[in-house]
Amino acid sequence: MASKDRLPVVPSRLSLQQMKTKYQGASKGHSMLKKKSDALMVRFRAILKEVYEKKLEAGEESREAMMALAQAKYAFGGELKHTVMETVKDATLTLKTVSDNVAGVQLPSFFKSEAEPGEDGGGTMMLTGLGKGGESINDARDVFTHTLELLIQIAALQTSFLILDEAIKLTNRRVNALENVVKPRIENTKKFIESELDELEREEFFRLKLIQNKKERERKKAEGEQAKVANNVELLTPFNPDKFANPEKATDLIGVAAGVDEDILF
Amino acid sequence: MAAGNTIAHRDKRFFIAVIGDEDTVTGFLLSGIGNIDSSKNANFFVVDLKETSISSIEDAFKRFTRDSNTAVVLINQNIANEIRAEINAFKKPIPAVLEIPSKEHPYDASQDGILQRVRGMLGQAT
Repeated sequence: MASKDRLPVVPSRLSLQQMKTKYQGASKGHSMLKKKSDALMVRFRAILKEVYEKKLEAGEESREAMMALAQAKYAFGGELKHTVMETVKDATLTLKTVSDNVAGVQLPSFFKSEAEPGEDGGGTMMLTGLGKGGESINDARDVFTHTLELLIQIAALQTSFLILDEAIKLTNRRVNALENVVKPRIENTKKFIESELDELEREEFFRLKLIQNKKERERKKAEGEQAKVANNVELLTPFNPDKFANPEKATDLIGVAAGVDEDILF
Repeated sequence: MAAGNTIAHRDKRFFIAVIGDEDTVTGFLLSGIGNIDSSKNANFFVVDLKETSISSIEDAFKRFTRDSNTAVVLINQNIANEIRAEINAFKKPIPAVLEIPSKEHPYDASQDGILQRVRGMLGQAT
């Protein structure tokens, strides 16, 4: 991946700051999601064990129920199933759901809700077996109701199991995505911006140095010119007295002229 | 996770649907879960593996699982084995599909997909 995997940004101090904020956000999100995942996992483990035990228990329970039903059938006669199926009208046993919130995940749990045996439809099952075999039918009903309660619990657990499984996968995917994709990318972008800013700074420094050097050189040059001019002046100044203010030569000249040359009148 | 949102109303009553042989269905109907709505749709389906076609079992399964009033679908394990592909394809958490043993076929934990997953995870977890 390396430096190529980064966000498309213009390297500037502003975007560096933005990246820093982004990185903080990603880190925060990462740690929070991780906590969520842990919380779900705790719940998941608890459910896992329960589901397993209850399912096996239900297997046993059903066998008992079947036995009770066989007894009822024997007592009532072969027509039990028809009688039962024909009297079905309205469900007296239904489910209610209550959802439980675990770290933002809604887990449903089912509760049995028995309707009042009504005068017309609701209680028909109660009358089955009034003629004969009433007791064994009642037994069978009780056993089946009990089995059903267990099955309802299992159903709730199984539903929670599936929802949690999905939620954990989702959360873990997000955690991993943040950890392995988003954060490195931001990190890379940060590094890129930093190196780019450093580069700019070095360039700027170099440029300044260059200009400074140039200025220095120009200054030196200018100084040199001035020195030359000054030198010229200096060369000129000693020349003057040498040439014009030489008293010896002048006196000599005059003296010679005066002393030697007798022809000169003055 | 999204499927969990299908539980919209808290006071709503949910039905338990049964797909099974005569005895299983009769037994559960005795406890009063049976419901026939105004359009004569029952929430139970009696299967005789000798006579009932696989496709009609599949249809019943689809009907129950699509019904938003159904929270649990009970199905005999030996019948579930007949429409295993359909059951495995059903991934939603609600309704919960529960495999129950039938009279002739005792419960075989190794055939229950959910239990298999649970066992695998427990093996890893503990």
